[in-house]
Amino acid sequence: MNHWLIAPILIPLLGGVLQAFMGYAPISLRRTLAVATTVLLLVSTIVLLLMANDGTYRLYAFGNWQPPFGIVLVLDRLAALMLVMTAILALFAHLFSIGGADEGNRQFHGLFLFQLMGLNIAFMTGDLFNLFVAFEVLLIASYGLLMHGGGTARTVPGLHYVVLNLVGSAVFLISVGMIYSVTGTLNMADLAIRVLLLSGEELELVKAGGMMLLVVFALKAALLPLCFWLPKAYARATAPVAALFAVMTKVGIYAILRVYLLIFGDDAGALANLGMDWLFPLALITLVMGVVGALGAQSLKTLVAWQVIISVGTLLAPIALGSEEGISAALFYLLSTTWTVAGLFLVAELVASQRGSALDKIVTAPRMRHRTLISVLFLVGAVAAAGLPPLSGFFAKVLILNSVTSGPEMAWLWSVLLIGSFFTVIAYSRAGSIVFWRTVDGHIEEPKPLGGNLRAATGALVGLSLVIVAFAGPINEYTDATAAQLQNRAAYLEILQTPMVGEEN
Amino acid sequence: MELVFALVIGALTSSGVYLLLRARTFPVVVGLTLISYGVNLFLFSSGRLATGGQPILGSTENYSDPLPQALVLTAIVIGFAMTAFVVVLSLRNLADNEDDHVDGRQGERPEKPEKKTEEESSQ
Repeated sequence: MNHWLIAPILIPLLGGVLQAFMGYAPISLRRTLAVATTVLLLVSTIVLLLMANDGTYRLYAFGNWQPPFGIVLVLDRLAALMLVMTAILALFAHLFSIGGADEGNRQFHGLFLFQLMGLNIAFMTGDLFNLFVAFEVLLIASYGLLMHGGGTARTVPGLHYVVLNLVGSAVFLISVGMIYSVTGTLNMADLAIRVLLLSGEELELVKAGGMMLLVVFALKAALLPLCFWLPKAYARATAPVAALFAVMTKVGIYAILRVYLLIFGDDAGALANLGMDWLFPLALITLVMGVVGALGAQSLKTLVAWQVIISVGTLLAPIALGSEEGISAALFYLLSTTWTVAGLFLVAELVASQRGSALDKIVTAPRMRHRTLISVLFLVGAVAAAGLPPLSGFFAKVLILNSVTSGPEMAWLWSVLLIGSFFTVIAYSRAGSIVFWRTVDGHIEEPKPLGGNLRAATGALVGLSLVIVAFAGPINEYTDATAAQLQNRAAYLEILQTPMVGEEN
Repeated sequence: MELVFALVIGALTSSGVYLLLRARTFPVVVGLTLISYGVNLFLFSSGRLATGGQPILGSTENYSDPLPQALVLTAIVIGFAMTAFVVVLSLRNLADNEDDHVDGRQGERPEKPEKKTEEESSQ
């Protein structure tokens, strides 16, 4: 048992509680403490990543209960990767928010940290019901963050988001109930063993439960029939919140990877690869839908929000095919797309702040302030997101294309992904040329100042795609090892044998 | 007992889904509440229905599973908090848009121009 595992949950929890009590403290003190918490969180996740890199599973059992009976946290390569990715993203989004976006609501930093706590529980937990609790923790924080900044524009998308997610939670509970009623366990490792012993109508019940679970995860991930809540909600959220939300759809994708590879993987007998034949076509249609939405976007933030949906489709297609190379490529793309999309949300906010009343709408307007800096940031972000060489999106898409080398899946994936990328390039060039190049005479009244930490946070997040290219070798080795670890179910099941009672440390 | 229980869950959930698909926020909130009742009962039944059972192994012949009760308790607490939040959000929607339609102000639709001007002048 390793007590470090609880650090990424405890740090934001304590930091968030501190913020809740400090609502009336000077804002500079609150900002310092909040960012210090996020930095501490980043340090702890990097420690966990170094620990997980040896390829073993580490376990933290609450109350020292033997695994199938208590709640466990499990650290493996995938969990560590998600933790570090989220912590880096959160640090830069947080730095951006202290440039002024955190004013107007005393509990912004508290909600931000609770959101991180929910995300970290979701990435670490080894228990299906605990995953539900983690979803609720991150959702209720996200409800507050989505409404942050106020304004009537955010009420209606916020209401849709809340109602949809409440229905999603109800479906999650029903599927958990169905799976528990048959298997008598909710520990993921134990479930993976129990599903092999089922037969007859019990099998059908678990199958139905598993498919409903897929619906819930697809709602979180914004897969096609369930993706229309996303563009409005994300486009209207405050920029650092939208940037943090770039990782929210990835929680759904993480849950699909974790639950479906472990419980309903290749070795699951009659339940092997449950739902994956549905996932592949839906992922491709989601990609197409995202491209169509991006082409029709009226503002930069909406464009980036549709980019989130494009990346969900691109990620889930190779995951649905389930090959080791495909999962490794998807994880590489996951890193690249999450940071890039978050960076683009911040760039869109910079554009909106420097164009007066034109905001981030894709219309001609008087020449914006700081055009060179912002347009370069947009160019880097757009090239990385659309997948043009030499940035990280290109390498990620090449890896995805390389992972599928034969059969009708190859034809579908290659054609949809390549044609989709082409139209994405068109959408970005249309938006960029109208916003940055076509100007009309006039001047901008009361331009907002462009603070140093706004520039630094946006530049750093967009520039991470260059870092990914520079370290592509080690990152790809890590994702390869992660995919291999995910495919090896037997090793995960050994955590059930970990001795608990009478252990010294 | 199983049949009655199943019918109750079915009635609660189907009325909840019907109300959820209404266009006003009040029925939607009531619908969400009914669905969460149905879900909680369903979760409770996943430990099998038994009366007079004890949750301790070895104490009786007929024991009941305590875990679904813990799950239901968690689900009730979370569901209650979420319902409170959605009620506040609906009130906010009503105040912001002067309309309790789930899509916000109906006057924004082009086919009702008179209503829009009316609402704008009243602000």
